[in-house]
Amino acid sequence: MRVKSETLIEQSSQTELTTVNKDLQKSFKAEIKRRIFKNKLLYLMILPGLLYLIIYKYIPMFGLVISFQNYKPYQGILGSEWVGFEHFTRLFTDSDFWMILRNTLVLFGLHIFVAFPIPIVLALMLNEVKNLFFKRTIQSLIYIPHFMSWVIIVSISFVLLTMDGGLINELLVNLGFNKVNFLMNSEWFRPIYIIQVVWQSAGWGTIIYLAAISGVDPGLYEAAKMDGASKFRQIWHITLPAIRPVIIVLLILKIGDVLELGFEHVYLLLNASNRSVAEIFDTYVYTTGLLQGQYSYSTAVGLFKGLVGLILVVFANKMAKKFGEEGIY
Amino acid sequence: MVGEKEFGSRVFRWVNNLLLIIIALTMVLPFVHVIAASFTTSAELADKRFVLFPTVFSLDAYKYIFSTNTIFKALFVSIGVTLIGTLWSMFITLLTAYGLSRKDLIGRRQILFLFVFTMLFSGGMIPTFLIVKETGLLDSYSALIIPVTINVFNMIILRSFIMGLPEGLIESAKIDGCNDFGVLFRIVLPISKPALATVSLFYAVAYWNTYMHAILYINDAAKWPIQVLLRQIVVLASGLSYDSSEFTNIPPPDITIKMAVIVVATVPVLLVYPFLQKYFTKGAMLGSMKE
Repeated sequence: MRVKSETLIEQSSQTELTTVNKDLQKSFKAEIKRRIFKNKLLYLMILPGLLYLIIYKYIPMFGLVISFQNYKPYQGILGSEWVGFEHFTRLFTDSDFWMILRNTLVLFGLHIFVAFPIPIVLALMLNEVKNLFFKRTIQSLIYIPHFMSWVIIVSISFVLLTMDGGLINELLVNLGFNKVNFLMNSEWFRPIYIIQVVWQSAGWGTIIYLAAISGVDPGLYEAAKMDGASKFRQIWHITLPAIRPVIIVLLILKIGDVLELGFEHVYLLLNASNRSVAEIFDTYVYTTGLLQGQYSYSTAVGLFKGLVGLILVVFANKMAKKFGEEGIY
Repeated sequence: MVGEKEFGSRVFRWVNNLLLIIIALTMVLPFVHVIAASFTTSAELADKRFVLFPTVFSLDAYKYIFSTNTIFKALFVSIGVTLIGTLWSMFITLLTAYGLSRKDLIGRRQILFLFVFTMLFSGGMIPTFLIVKETGLLDSYSALIIPVTINVFNMIILRSFIMGLPEGLIESAKIDGCNDFGVLFRIVLPISKPALATVSLFYAVAYWNTYMHAILYINDAAKWPIQVLLRQIVVLASGLSYDSSEFTNIPPPDITIKMAVIVVATVPVLLVYPFLQKYFTKGAMLGSMKE
């Protein structure tokens, strides 16, 4: 995605490479060799990073082939039996498949329609603050949750929501209501999940929008004020259109994360009583793969999830370009 | 007419500020409550409920959780993983970011694409687990570090920062006979403190917060980092006694004890936060904006 910025800078050397005359090609290869040799230290520098990338990122990608096998650890990838699409057939016919797909899509929808717009509104609100000290203080406070792990966030929610002396339930009792078993009730899973997401990420999410807003030409606001435009009209007609490219890029990235709803977060909230709404692909991969040892089947589930994510991000990017926006690559 | 408008925008500003104060408070009050509650007795908590400033001060919860070395051990693991992991990741990330920032590196665009692609698609949990197993990292602290050596986003932040440095600086150092290692460590490093601070903070927080990799790759309860222990104690209410002999005759953790464990797991992050805060917004921008 950020490769794009590179394009222009590198364009010169690229065209240099492609337009070269064929007779010159040999000497060109020699030239490349010479340049690589001259910069051998640079290659040495990126070597550890590259090795890491290959071993822990790309070899696992090739490891995805085990989803077409009956992989047995002692037989290895080369020795295991090939079974074609058997695991995928099993996934699509599994009675849990639709439940998991629905849960995943619902959480995704909550991310897009609830969690995504909030930082934009928050950034617009912060932008209206004239007192710098006040603004900085608010910012410092709302960034804090971003640095908290899901374990901490879920733990704090737990001690606040528990039936056993939790603050919220005690308040409910004092106000004359009955206690609510928030943590074991499947109806409460989605609200709790998305509140936690918003709580953790809304403040941090404002950073990029605030930067984009600060780049808007102040003259536009002056002109609008002269024409008698209200605050809300100024936001609607000047600020929002100005930051639209940023919003669209972030939205595409969010869609790219469509199925990355956070294994940790959901896994920490998952329990026997809310499984019907809380089981998503990631947690399903973990239980079937690591806890039950069905490596091939769970890899097939993960591959399906990853491919859907990849297709969605490519699609979202295409759509953005169609509507005249820049997209991410 | 003008006066009315000014009054309107004044009201708008007040409402806006008030809403922001409320939002900021909802973000931090849960922490304040948990911290306050951890320093009081459970009787006091049961009485007063919403304690922001405890009237009865008590260290009982902390005495309890530090009465054995279970928490100490987990803290020690987390601190060790955070320090070593951050140093290791910074070192490798910096080398890679510098290398990929140099125009002399033929193929750098392709190599950068290899890195960025892993943000869009990955082998997933199980194939990665199998590689971690094959490379012999299971049940070792390195399993929490090596498989997450480079965070591509952090690498791009550093790379953008280095690319933003004046080219002449690097060129003149080279003319003076500095090789690339010399340039990186003598020229680039000293002037990159804001970016280094930001990325170190991101890495350190990620290592401190590590949970998933610990439950995936570490079975031995004695090697658990604090986050895993926290989850055991608060949610499963069991972790304090993985070595059950240590806690004989002690009742299961009550709510103030859970809160004390949350505080212990949170405080280190809150302590470094104010010092690094001035850097990170700028750093976060570097990675997210297209130059």
